Amino acid sequence: MKELSAGAITAGRAWQIAGRTWRPAGSLVLLAAAALFPLVFTNPAVTNYGVYALIFVAAASAWNIFSGYSGYISLGHAVFFGSGAYFVGIATKDWHYTGSEVFALLPLAGLLGAILAVPFGLVALRVRRHTFVVITIAVFFIFQLMAYNLSVTGGTSGLLAPTINYAPTTYNNPFYYAAFGIAACTIALSWLIRRSRFGLQIRAIRDDEDRARGLGVRAEQIKLSAFVISAVPVAMIGGVWWYYTTLVDPSSGFDPLFDVAVALMAFLGGLGTVAGPVLGALIIEPAELYFQQQVSSGYIFLILYGALFLVVILILPRGIIPTVAELITKFIARRKNSPGPAGQLPPAGARASETDVSADGSRGASAQASTTGERA
Amino acid sequence: MGQFGQAVANGILGGAVYALMAAGLTLIFGVLDIINIAQGIMVVLAAYLSYALSVHLHLDPLLGLLITVPIMFVLGVIIQWAFIRRLRGRERTAMSLLVCYAIAVIIEGALYAQFGSTPVGIQTSYFNTTVHVFGFYLGYIYLIGFGLAVVAIAAIYLMLYRTKFGRSIRATTQDAVAARLIGINVDRVAAITFGIGVAVTAAGGMVFGATNTFNPDSGYDLISRLLSIVILGGLGSIGGALVAAMFMVTAEEIVNIWQPTWATVVYYAVLVIVLLVRPTGLFGKQEARAQ
Repeated sequence: MKELSAGAITAGRAWQIAGRTWRPAGSLVLLAAAALFPLVFTNPAVTNYGVYALIFVAAASAWNIFSGYSGYISLGHAVFFGSGAYFVGIATKDWHYTGSEVFALLPLAGLLGAILAVPFGLVALRVRRHTFVVITIAVFFIFQLMAYNLSVTGGTSGLLAPTINYAPTTYNNPFYYAAFGIAACTIALSWLIRRSRFGLQIRAIRDDEDRARGLGVRAEQIKLSAFVISAVPVAMIGGVWWYYTTLVDPSSGFDPLFDVAVALMAFLGGLGTVAGPVLGALIIEPAELYFQQQVSSGYIFLILYGALFLVVILILPRGIIPTVAELITKFIARRKNSPGPAGQLPPAGARASETDVSADGSRGASAQASTTGERA
Repeated sequence: MGQFGQAVANGILGGAVYALMAAGLTLIFGVLDIINIAQGIMVVLAAYLSYALSVHLHLDPLLGLLITVPIMFVLGVIIQWAFIRRLRGRERTAMSLLVCYAIAVIIEGALYAQFGSTPVGIQTSYFNTTVHVFGFYLGYIYLIGFGLAVVAIAAIYLMLYRTKFGRSIRATTQDAVAARLIGINVDRVAAITFGIGVAVTAAGGMVFGATNTFNPDSGYDLISRLLSIVILGGLGSIGGALVAAMFMVTAEEIVNIWQPTWATVVYYAVLVIVLLVRPTGLFGKQEARAQ
């Protein structure tokens, strides 16, 4: 990266400028498409896919806000998912909510997620990366055990949702739009955080925690804040999920597969990017549903799922978005007849958001450049 | 008091078996810097292997170890060689977790396909007899398990501290790059260590299968216990795993006297409390750098 040829810089620039115009436009088109989806495809079997996909878009994006940006892999976000589901379930039963009123409980579920995340984060974030993963798993099992043994959770039989008198043809739509709203807000939040000073601080922690501390990043506070923020949408979407599937029990609400599924989605799309978890969820969740319907026996499904998992990690270790972004950058650079590395290095003083995807492509170097750029 | 003493005796004997399984986990972590979360399902796999050998070939489970230990060793070497070895870069730790999880899911699915979800147990005539020692009734199988665990852990210690290969393992644990530079074949060390770490599940699984009924789902419970043990003992410390396993299982047995439903929570509660005081675990070393 010592001598950047002029061509490479213009190529990098072109990619940025293209990104600046196309990315917002593309996002709006996708947003509109997602909003119109249940109006175009009215078949409930199709919108069912949409609801589950959006549930996981929200969950994976929220997970990525903490784990993707900070590099601390949490395998305990099902704690928030299950707690949200149980909270909405218990509140619906105790306060006699029916029909669409139940959706009004979702913000409270989010609040509960945040409240749970504070002690959870305080305990888990005292330790470094390897141990953190294990603590999140341990806390997860504590919650699952509580769900089995406490009286409010209904034990093994779980909590059943009240029946709703929505018309069968448009039955899925309220759930779709609830999930859509949460997913859209989460993605927007993820994008805002990524381009903020806060986002830079989290990513500095990911790159080198000790150095970030030395530069004045208050690592403990930043990590805990990100953890709490990422818990909120997961708890809310857990509530939607409960109302949609109509049943939560300890093994489905606190499901180890959920933890790993959101991680896999973020990895497939691109860990630490805004679009990556969205893309990953949109690919994996419908595929999973389809497989589940096609393969009647659960164990074949498990084997297929595990095999898919292995293939994804071994073939696309960095995820789709960073890999494709790098290919495009290289392609543009080659067309400009410039040999050497593609210019991912942003001009000094560039805003962090402009280096967005390509910053992840060139490990470390440009991530640091963007950090200094922000400070300059 | 008698009940209490019995609980402690059971805890120490049972703890040794968990210590053996956890020793494999912590050894793998020390050398490869990854957490093998498939260890739990591998214990179950080994238990099923012992079960199948004793049911279909009428082989004594202890003799069966002569077959299951090499099988598990080879499985470990293959997994390291085929998957773990390929992981590079900053996200290596996270990805190795996911790879191990994927392997665990595949094994779980295969076990369901082969054996179904009905819980089974390994049974042999002498397993259920008890021995009367110092006023305690000790299950014969618990004593066998304790003996196996002591022998296996002693063997691992001797291998680590008395052989040339053990020195290569310890060198790789300290600094993989430097070890490579002085001519140690780090890939080979990693593969064999992974093999040994998985091979101990053969003995652990046999005892586990003889003392509990199990089905493919048991792996989750096992791995969460094993992880708690290695973290409590300090990641990478075999001695720590030994102490932590004894302590955890004893604590669980004691709570089990009054509160059987919540006994398992003790595990995690102890873990959380200890880590609040000592984030590196009981015998863990302070990490030099944040990565």
